[in-house]
Amino acid sequence: MLEVDTRGRSCPEPVIMTKNAVSGLQKEDSIKVLIGEEVAKENVGRFARNAGCEVDIEEKGNEEYELIITKK
Amino acid sequence: MNDKKGIIITGAVIGLFGGLLVKLGNPLNMGICVACFIRDIAGSIGLHRAGVVQYLRPEILGFVLGAFIIARLTGEFKVTGGSSPISRFVIAMFVMIGALVFLGCPLRMVLRLAGGDWNAILGIVGFVLGVLVGSQFLKKGFTLGRSYKINKTSGYILPLIMVLFLILRVIKPGFIIFSESGPGAAYAPWIIALIAGLVIGIFAQRSRICMAGGIRDLYLIRDNHLITGFISIFVFAFIINLIFGNFNPGFAGQPAAHTDWLWNLLGMFLTGFGSVLLGGCPLRQTILAGEGNTDSAVTFFGYLVGAAIAHNFGLAASGSGVSFAGKFAVIFGIVVVGLIGISSIKLSRSN
Repeated sequence: MLEVDTRGRSCPEPVIMTKNAVSGLQKEDSIKVLIGEEVAKENVGRFARNAGCEVDIEEKGNEEYELIITKK
Repeated sequence: MNDKKGIIITGAVIGLFGGLLVKLGNPLNMGICVACFIRDIAGSIGLHRAGVVQYLRPEILGFVLGAFIIARLTGEFKVTGGSSPISRFVIAMFVMIGALVFLGCPLRMVLRLAGGDWNAILGIVGFVLGVLVGSQFLKKGFTLGRSYKINKTSGYILPLIMVLFLILRVIKPGFIIFSESGPGAAYAPWIIALIAGLVIGIFAQRSRICMAGGIRDLYLIRDNHLITGFISIFVFAFIINLIFGNFNPGFAGQPAAHTDWLWNLLGMFLTGFGSVLLGGCPLRQTILAGEGNTDSAVTFFGYLVGAAIAHNFGLAASGSGVSFAGKFAVIFGIVVVGLIGISSIKLSRSN
């Protein structure tokens, strides 16, 4: 699975990196997005849902998250 | 709070306080202005000597401290840094210079429009264009690099400086300068200004409201979330201006404004362009600085120094228009910010 590391990137880079990765996805394909802060989690999640993807959030502790984004 | 309702309420709080603070003594169409107020702070600690714009604005202190307090309470206070601080400092200086040629940050731009100052329309056109150009840079891979978690002490420095400024505002020692006339001498009672700043700081932290982000997200990802806040500020400030009789439509004779349309446009172009590269408008950067983001704290100091330069070298506009030096600085700023942008894209590609 393609992994996108957005940790430490300032707004809106995490969303753009995710957007670029999602645009190459086929149906049912997933990517893993590593996120380092609350705001980016919200923004990336909102973007992915608006783009018609399913978002599965896993908390990694230490305020880090892994988002599994699957194209529907 | 990070839903649509939250951002509309935040816009309402800013719009209402923006109108109310004018009623209570702040300059007309300047209930809140992040750029103008940081400029006033720069003057009051003697970084520039423009006698009419020197005051320790409690609103700004409140923004940082409100964001700091709420971020501490919600566990979002996180000390980070190391994302090209010197580039951010320089871009911030020019964001401030652009704002002072237009005479207002993006927030005041909306408040000016809500007060009937049609010159703000040119500012908005320039700001939108600047944001669009900056967004192109982002699309092409622009980045100032990632930040890292750093020593917690660094995150407390700017909030503590704000506490110090607050003490200085209250006890008014002789070495702190307060304007005796002009916009710097027009202010609401400090306690109310501080409360307004704290409340806005809290709401802005929770909702992540950002003027540059609104247009950027609409363009880049077709997301109208942040722009809703922008519109909400306008609507509520407009209503309160109507109620208090502070809506005076027209181009000429507007408070703390000039009618030089090209430079209203280009000044705000520079501010919009730089703000997108920084990741947020002056309000957002000030809030982030309170949350422990030391790159944003560096940005804040960039604004402060940019304001000092703008007044020490006569770059800032006045009611009578923009000086040659001011025009030169805007063009120079667009070139410098553009070069930082281009070189950052090249570096991010070669990595």
